[in-house]
Amino acid sequence: MSSHYPLAENLFSDDVKAEPIRAGFGRGLKLAGEQDERVVALCADLTESVQMHLFKESFPNRYIEVGVAEQNLVTVASGMARAGKIPFTASYAAFSPGRNWEQIKTTAALNDMPVKVVGGHAGLYTGPDGATHQMLEDIAIMRTMPNMIVVVPGDSVEAEKATLAIAKNGKPTYLRVARDKTPIFSTADSPFEIGKAYVLREGKDVTLCGTGTMTYELLVAAEELKKHSIDAEVVHVPTVKPLDTETIQASAHKTGRVVTAEEGQIAGGLGGAIAEYLGEHMPVPIKRLGVEDRYGESGAPREVLEHFGLDGKHLAEKIREFVKRVPQYKKGY
Amino acid sequence: MSGNLTLRQLEDKANVLRKDIIAMLEEAGSGHSAGPLGLADLVTTLYFDIMKIDPKNPEWNERDYFFLSNGHCAPVQYAAMAEAGYFSKDELMTLRKWGSRLQGHPERTKLPGLENTSGPLGSGLSQAAGVAYVLQHIDNHMHRFVYCITGDGELDEGNIWEAAMFAGKYKLSQLIVFVDRNNIQIDGNTEDVMPLEDLAGKWRSFGWHVQEIDGHNIESIQDAVGMAKAIENRPSVIITHTIPGKGVDFMEYDYHWHGMPPNHEQAKEALKELRTLRGKIRSEHE
Repeated sequence: MSSHYPLAENLFSDDVKAEPIRAGFGRGLKLAGEQDERVVALCADLTESVQMHLFKESFPNRYIEVGVAEQNLVTVASGMARAGKIPFTASYAAFSPGRNWEQIKTTAALNDMPVKVVGGHAGLYTGPDGATHQMLEDIAIMRTMPNMIVVVPGDSVEAEKATLAIAKNGKPTYLRVARDKTPIFSTADSPFEIGKAYVLREGKDVTLCGTGTMTYELLVAAEELKKHSIDAEVVHVPTVKPLDTETIQASAHKTGRVVTAEEGQIAGGLGGAIAEYLGEHMPVPIKRLGVEDRYGESGAPREVLEHFGLDGKHLAEKIREFVKRVPQYKKGY
Repeated sequence: MSGNLTLRQLEDKANVLRKDIIAMLEEAGSGHSAGPLGLADLVTTLYFDIMKIDPKNPEWNERDYFFLSNGHCAPVQYAAMAEAGYFSKDELMTLRKWGSRLQGHPERTKLPGLENTSGPLGSGLSQAAGVAYVLQHIDNHMHRFVYCITGDGELDEGNIWEAAMFAGKYKLSQLIVFVDRNNIQIDGNTEDVMPLEDLAGKWRSFGWHVQEIDGHNIESIQDAVGMAKAIENRPSVIITHTIPGKGVDFMEYDYHWHGMPPNHEQAKEALKELRTLRGKIRSEHE
């Protein structure tokens, strides 16, 4: 394990601590509100679902209900930012940024307003709600928007830190959070800085880059791979944009093989971002894992995840196959 | 900026803006003619009579806000801003050209004095509502107003009605919106493309105070704004009836001029009309 990044205890036991990532956002937002009175929160009829109730109870005067109107949600926020506020907007990612991408682009990103777009219930962990609500394209569509920061925390502890950080960054920012409980791998002392990736576990045979909930699954996969004498390095990438190309390239240089994993479409997402960068700078073999040009469907969250092969065990199988099939890129490139 | 010009001086200013619009569009070789000409009287009245602004200090923290929601009408805003002294009038001739701060559709980050980046329709009203909400419900700046102009074709956008509902709910009484009711949009007359009537009834049912005025009568504009400011507990919309292309005979009422600039000959003709007030001033030599 890397000495720089403290990991939680009992990571691979059944009693690993778990909590929804959105809960960390809710706590972080309340703290951000305490730290800076310019922070306001806008919600589209999903207050408790996206965990804005903590902020609402503490700062009723700075909480604005806009109803089920996601286009208005972000454009009103843009106006509030023009009047000096730091607006956090939240809905389900399927609707914001799913429905209001152009409004976000024109009035927040191009307009350079520090509007925070929080996409809740993102990814396959939205389980039973089915394909309409399992937002899988958000990382890709937000990443292609100039001037937009894209943050995908790996667990609730990191989500709290990320929320505080984006409240202070002065930039339009997308924060992706998930609905269901997921394991907590970071600790209060683990670092989080916008734009930084972290080596959670050192290895020499293959680099595994994960974002959001997939980082934990990659840690599980790395344990499994050890049994097969594959020494995997795990890199956590909580900021997809700007991408920490230095950390990723250094790891790719060391292992000569890269796997990416994300709870979303592999086209254009984290895998896309890393493949684009390494393709131009250090063309190591890359395997992107995630959802491959498909929609999700209803089921229990873990069931859906397993169906798409994105739990630790299935990931390990796919990574083994990749490592077996593809030689390491020549060192010293 | 407000209140010092006579009615006659304001009318003259509007005519200056129209001439600038024609010159800018001819030089640019692309852009929208009808809307900006139709809005010249309203925008003149806002910039030179009504709004509390300081062109030398665009971010003045006591200013009124102005949101142009139909960004394609930027030429009239640019012309007013130059006339008011936000930037030199020479710069108007850079409209839509490479390196210009006067982008085809307004970009806030490029030009001090703009409150928003706009072009894609339907979002400026929400931004204006966001500012009005902050002034009224968070910062308690009750003496400042937020003005917003939307097109009428723009009202086809769902975003507009989301904002209308929002402003009604929160009784944003410092929000004063002008709907530029010129009855045209790109594909034709608004009532053919997508009927808007009963327009006043629509706004009223969303909780707004509604007035209808002649958008070329500066006194009507002044009176309507006075009334809107006096109305409490409701946002105000002023349906501003305008003639698209106003002031240039061959452009008036013709929707083909929505998105077209005049060529050299047409610009010459238009400028002559504006200079001579349609031939009323007969002394000019050919």
